[in-house]
Amino acid sequence: MSRDIQFRLSLKRSMFELNVEQSIPGRGVTALFGPSGCGKTTLLRCLAGLEQSRGELSVGSEKWQSSSEGIFLPVDRRPIAYVFQEAGLFPHLSVKENLLYGWKRTAEDERRITPDQVYQWLGLLPLISRSVHGLSGGEKQRVAIGRALLSSPRLLLMDEPLSALDSASKVEILPFLERLHRELEIPVVYVTHAIEEVAQLADYILQMEEGRVIAEGPALAMLSRFDRRLIPGEEPGAVVEATVTNHDEIQYLTDLMLSKGVSLLAPHLDATVGSPVRIRIPAREVSISLTVPEGTSILNILPARIIDHSEGDPGRVLVQLELKGGETRLLSRISRYSWDRLGLANGMQVQAQIKSMGLAL
Amino acid sequence: MSGIEMVPVWLTLKLATVTTILLLLVATPLAWWLAQTKSRSKPIFEAMVALPLVLPPTVLGFYLLVLLGPEGPIGSLIEAVGGPRLVFTFAGLVFASVLYSLPFVVQPLQNAFESIGRAPLEVAATLGASARDRFFSIVLPLARPGFITAATLGFAHTLGEFGVVLMIGGNIPGKTQVLSVAIYDHVEVMEYGQAHILSAGLLIASFTVLLLVYMLNRRSRAKRHGYLL
Repeated sequence: MSRDIQFRLSLKRSMFELNVEQSIPGRGVTALFGPSGCGKTTLLRCLAGLEQSRGELSVGSEKWQSSSEGIFLPVDRRPIAYVFQEAGLFPHLSVKENLLYGWKRTAEDERRITPDQVYQWLGLLPLISRSVHGLSGGEKQRVAIGRALLSSPRLLLMDEPLSALDSASKVEILPFLERLHRELEIPVVYVTHAIEEVAQLADYILQMEEGRVIAEGPALAMLSRFDRRLIPGEEPGAVVEATVTNHDEIQYLTDLMLSKGVSLLAPHLDATVGSPVRIRIPAREVSISLTVPEGTSILNILPARIIDHSEGDPGRVLVQLELKGGETRLLSRISRYSWDRLGLANGMQVQAQIKSMGLAL
Repeated sequence: MSGIEMVPVWLTLKLATVTTILLLLVATPLAWWLAQTKSRSKPIFEAMVALPLVLPPTVLGFYLLVLLGPEGPIGSLIEAVGGPRLVFTFAGLVFASVLYSLPFVVQPLQNAFESIGRAPLEVAATLGASARDRFFSIVLPLARPGFITAATLGFAHTLGEFGVVLMIGGNIPGKTQVLSVAIYDHVEVMEYGQAHILSAGLLIASFTVLLLVYMLNRRSRAKRHGYLL
């Protein structure tokens, strides 16, 4: 993975100090995740040039900021787009004028996205002729995202774009974001404190706390971490990527392929056959047996190997399992008693049993 | 009404128009700076701009007379570089009126700029608009009600000024004798009929202008309930 976006930035405020030295992937969605007040929005604003931070920032071969060389590219000269929490549509302009505000200010040979493409991706055609004053929250945010994309950014910065929306609007927008993520080459830095958005969208995660990055890594690994969880006290579990292979309409089940030769039955998922999905498998839904059990209601029984275990909570053991092929890792929480009785140990081959009904998108 | 009576009316309208145009040119950058600055000297400038609101116009007129007169520090400087004489001339009236009506234009503009806030400007900047571009494409249209209020107050206030005008301009018919001074003259010589005509005209004109502005502003407020959506 190329690390095209590199920065070493610091910003002092009376009650707060940001100090980060980082490089992030030049494609895909990087989530800045952490509790409110951890500095994730401030970091995003520094990347945009909206804050006068000190340090270095380069994107690809271009230097946007360098205190040592006295370089500071102002916001309007950085090839970025920024989606704010509030849509921020200009009230004196029509929907179309809002959408084209950045496009008009992008040199013709820099335009890589056309209005027609954006209107189609974001389903904006029915909104074009409407007044900005009559749009719903979700519609406004879609226009704001379209407006940002039409400035053909080389880096898209999103600051909790869903947080100001009600849950119905969130559900309306999330699929658009997922689609953009798949179809666009533009790297995205996405600030959020909602773990569900991270689980759905992120490819890479920077976990922040008190103005610093405290952990980072590929999204699936970070979301399935077994030693330290992203949210303290959160129910442990693993997030895995799978492909939808079949829907059984009669039994109302969906067939998923985790990796070659490893498949999983889940409750009916709202996704087309062939499309990639992410599902979360809570550790409490995964149990362990030594042999393939018979006469069980559990649908998913997969051969696995114990890689690690921890005995955090009294009476319980959290076990990290690796499925056949080594590409997928699961977490299983069993009782201390079972661990001892089965004589489990790291490196043992076991059968992981996953309750289908415990799976969700 | 005799022909002579109309001269102060035209002179007053001309003075108010020229003053308002100059005021908008001067007050816009000043109000923008006041709305944006985090400088510690901001209150000093705000207080200076507001001074004409509280000072008796004669005080302002007196100092202007002293400063702008041919012997005064500013007046002599202006005349040395070939500038116009500023006391007892129309140019002087304009200069004094700009100063005197400054707060009536700066304050509505500053309020309008401040209520736009930083957010729309940040959005525009991230979309590639330069500072100049942001001012013309975002600030000016969003501050339009403020501009209408500022222009009207500046115009109306200049229409009615008396003390400053008398001190710096004197009472030269056709040159510096404006409406308010003409009314005063009529009252002095007990010509109440003439004074009535001019006074009522000024009263009705001022009320009409203000009424129009408040109606316009009400319409545009109803149209945009907020600076960002």
